[in-house]
Amino acid sequence: MSTQETVKSLSQAFGPLPASHFRGQTRVVVPVDRLHEVLKFLKEGRGFDFLVDITCVDYLYYRDAVDRFGLVYLVANTATNERITIRALVNDPDPEAPSVVDLWRGADWMEREVWDLFGVRFTGHPDLRRILLPDEFSAFPLRKDYPLQGRGERHNFPVITRAES
Amino acid sequence: MAVDLPDNVLITRLDELVSWCRKNSLWPMPFATACCGIELMATGASRHDLARFGAEVFRFSPRQCDLMIVAGRVVMKMLPVLQRIWMQMHEPKWCISMGACASTGGVFDTYCVVQGIDRFLPVDMYAPGCPPRPEQLIQTIIDLQEKIQSEGTMFGREFEDPERQRPKMALRLEGRKEAAELAQRRGTP
Ligand code: SF4
Repeated sequence: MSTQETVKSLSQAFGPLPASHFRGQTRVVVPVDRLHEVLKFLKEGRGFDFLVDITCVDYLYYRDAVDRFGLVYLVANTATNERITIRALVNDPDPEAPSVVDLWRGADWMEREVWDLFGVRFTGHPDLRRILLPDEFSAFPLRKDYPLQGRGERHNFPVITRAES
Repeated sequence: MAVDLPDNVLITRLDELVSWCRKNSLWPMPFATACCGIELMATGASRHDLARFGAEVFRFSPRQCDLMIVAGRVVMKMLPVLQRIWMQMHEPKWCISMGACASTGGVFDTYCVVQGIDRFLPVDMYAPGCPPRPEQLIQTIIDLQEKIQSEGTMFGREFEDPERQRPKMALRLEGRKEAAELAQRRGTP
């Protein structure tokens, strides 16, 4: 299987990396300081030319979890239809990961979304701004310690009365 | 002094006449942000035919409208836009809050959804439902027409009552209380 070859070539290039398989999907966990190298290797050495998505999971209050955030990179090889999931774990305070915008231009908005909702900073990103929430928003609402109903942001508007409008 | 009027002459007050004209020619501004918008479109389409009540001319420019129909949830990023559009509409103008979401936030009790547009805007009529059926929206418009007729439109009588100028004070106070409570709980899951 070519996915197994990919995992093998990864561990040849970067030393043994924990990999797991579930329902035909392969997941490899890499240390965050080698994340860029690994993704570059996958893109240039193994033909993973398509970055499907970047997302993040907050493991706060999660049973047996050691690290706070898990970054998830889904990459695909459009020639062989091979897919692989790369995970990197980052931690408080100031969770940081290298940006991969230089590898895939499409990572731009995905990284901005992860920054917007989880507050993971991507170093080397050309324009790391909020993308979905208003600029003046000050929290990262998909973090587990953010209350579902917010901190009063939704009530913080001027009231327009009939006489004023 | 008695005036002899022929049988085909009616006497009324100017305000009544103007209101009668205005209520039968409402121009809605469709602020449709979610699923209620689909029902709003159905109301305007041929089967339910809002034209029977004189409100079929949907305009996408607030300058040309006098009835804002807020159909759908309004998120905190959209609310300033909604307020701006409301401010851009000319008097006399009315607002219908259509559906559970626009009126109360509905099931979306989350950090980003405004819990009822009437906390920040004056609302004249509410259409309950999720989504309200077109018949219900039509009934809301008929009720609004009644309100327009009884309130008048020429002399700004709706501004006379100070209570009406701050229509949802109670709700807004409750909102502030809620905000304070949440701020207290800050940091806890
Ligand atoms: S009230 Fe129901 S139908 Fe209307 S916007 Fe909300 S969820 Fe959608």
